[in-house]
Amino acid sequence: MDKNLNSKNSSSSPSSGGGLVQYIKDVFNGVKSLLVGLRRTMYYFTHHKEIITEQYPDNRATLVFPERFKGEVVMTHDENNEHACTGCTACELACPNATIKIITKFDVSPEGKKKKAIDKFVYHLELCTMCNLCIVACPTDAIKMAQTFEHSVYNRADLTKILNKPGSKIREGVE
Amino acid sequence: MVEEIGRTADGNIIINVGPQHPATHGVLHLVITINGETIIKVEPHLGYIHRSIEKMCESLTYRQFIYVTSRMDYLSSHINNHACALCVENGLQVEVPARAQVIRVLMDELTRIASHELWWGAMAMDLGAFTPFFHAFRERETINDIMEETCGARLTMNYMVPGGVMQDIHPNFQQRVKDFIKLYKSKISEYDELVTGNIIFQNRMKGVGYLSPEDAVSFGVSGPPARGSGVSCDTRKTYPYEIYNQLQFEEILETEGDSFARYMVRIREMNQSIKIIEQLIDNIPEGDFQAKTKAVLKLPKGEFLQKVETARGQFGVYIVSEGGTTPYRIKFRSPGFSNLSALDHMARGSKLGDLVAMMGTLDLVIPDIDR
Repeated sequence: MDKNLNSKNSSSSPSSGGGLVQYIKDVFNGVKSLLVGLRRTMYYFTHHKEIITEQYPDNRATLVFPERFKGEVVMTHDENNEHACTGCTACELACPNATIKIITKFDVSPEGKKKKAIDKFVYHLELCTMCNLCIVACPTDAIKMAQTFEHSVYNRADLTKILNKPGSKIREGVE
Repeated sequence: MVEEIGRTADGNIIINVGPQHPATHGVLHLVITINGETIIKVEPHLGYIHRSIEKMCESLTYRQFIYVTSRMDYLSSHINNHACALCVENGLQVEVPARAQVIRVLMDELTRIASHELWWGAMAMDLGAFTPFFHAFRERETINDIMEETCGARLTMNYMVPGGVMQDIHPNFQQRVKDFIKLYKSKISEYDELVTGNIIFQNRMKGVGYLSPEDAVSFGVSGPPARGSGVSCDTRKTYPYEIYNQLQFEEILETEGDSFARYMVRIREMNQSIKIIEQLIDNIPEGDFQAKTKAVLKLPKGEFLQKVETARGQFGVYIVSEGGTTPYRIKFRSPGFSNLSALDHMARGSKLGDLVAMMGTLDLVIPDIDR
């Protein structure tokens, strides 16, 4: 019985033997180790400054995300509703999950010349893994990552987005 | 294959732990044969989170397949990506700029600390102590914030690309890492106070789940579980990659081979990672963060292998190329799978209550086992 208890409370190794003195020592060391841990717990119980928990839905107004945070792919439009996408499909080829589908059309210029342009830039957010490969692949920096993150919707089809705004056209000079 | 419920012919009881069990950290299913409280046999059943990642990679190009490996061992995603990037660079014979190499090693070691922090919290939680989990997450959160700022994500970064890293480090990176080192050093003593010295914890860990060095080798165990048995297997030392052969750090070895030895290996390894980060953080060389590579990567015909040390053990990438833009075959050697195979051997003859402690010290990540 004595040996059994001893092995249970030994602080060095469960197999180490020893007499009554060792046994009492082990009991005291064991209790001390518990108190040392409890002291740390009590320290944080009384020092509320160290609390780092964020109250998420309540702190929406003050949430700041790093500019590189990958939330979703968006197309940048300037004030004239113009974008920089030439429809080269580099992003479509770079994407591992077929998230992007570019539908092109032919614009006819006043001189009667045909020019390729995007009709719809379809982006499937439900397939996107935010790997950033499309952004890196884009030669004209037409797309970028936005810092949005609350993507839940009731209808799956809502996650399929058309990134070019209605009526937008390609910026002059972007080839 | 045994029956999943009921009794065996000689009267032993068969019980199931998992696939939904808080102590298995995921969908691990253990079919355990017990005689009273003594474990006779542990049989892991896998396949609940199999996504056939190896097959998926065969249809992705050499740039695209790297992101998938973040979804295997999600706690050391940087290191997995690093292995894949190195393997592709092997094939392409690309010289990686010095700046990219240093950034990669910094990211690897930060990931290793974050992974061990989480393991420490989860380990204590498995044994019934809930407080340490929050202490561990406090420090880990700082690393996650650093990752978020530089890589744009907290867990699945996809930051390592063939030829270097995807983006240059954020201007705040160095300062924030230094702040983290300061925070870590002021808080690490709490870990010992709360858990390591605790008598209840020690009694549940010492002498439990013994794994001899011979068995560790024959089961293919690697990483901290093998080093806890005294097997020298740190890939950073034995097969140095990147700039690890120029760095000053020790390979942590413990000889007891029990759960507590495996625990101490990880605790001491975190300090070594801090040492590596301290050596590099002020010495990031100037220059490019990415080497110039072709738009379409094509590996020459042949077979390429790269081993790295993740937080859990040795991770291997094996690419067979036929000369095309996609790999012909990819094989991942994940550390968790081999480490799990030793669980049956370790657990036989011990009590059911100790199984959780053993599983905890193996640091199993189920998506890594079940690719």
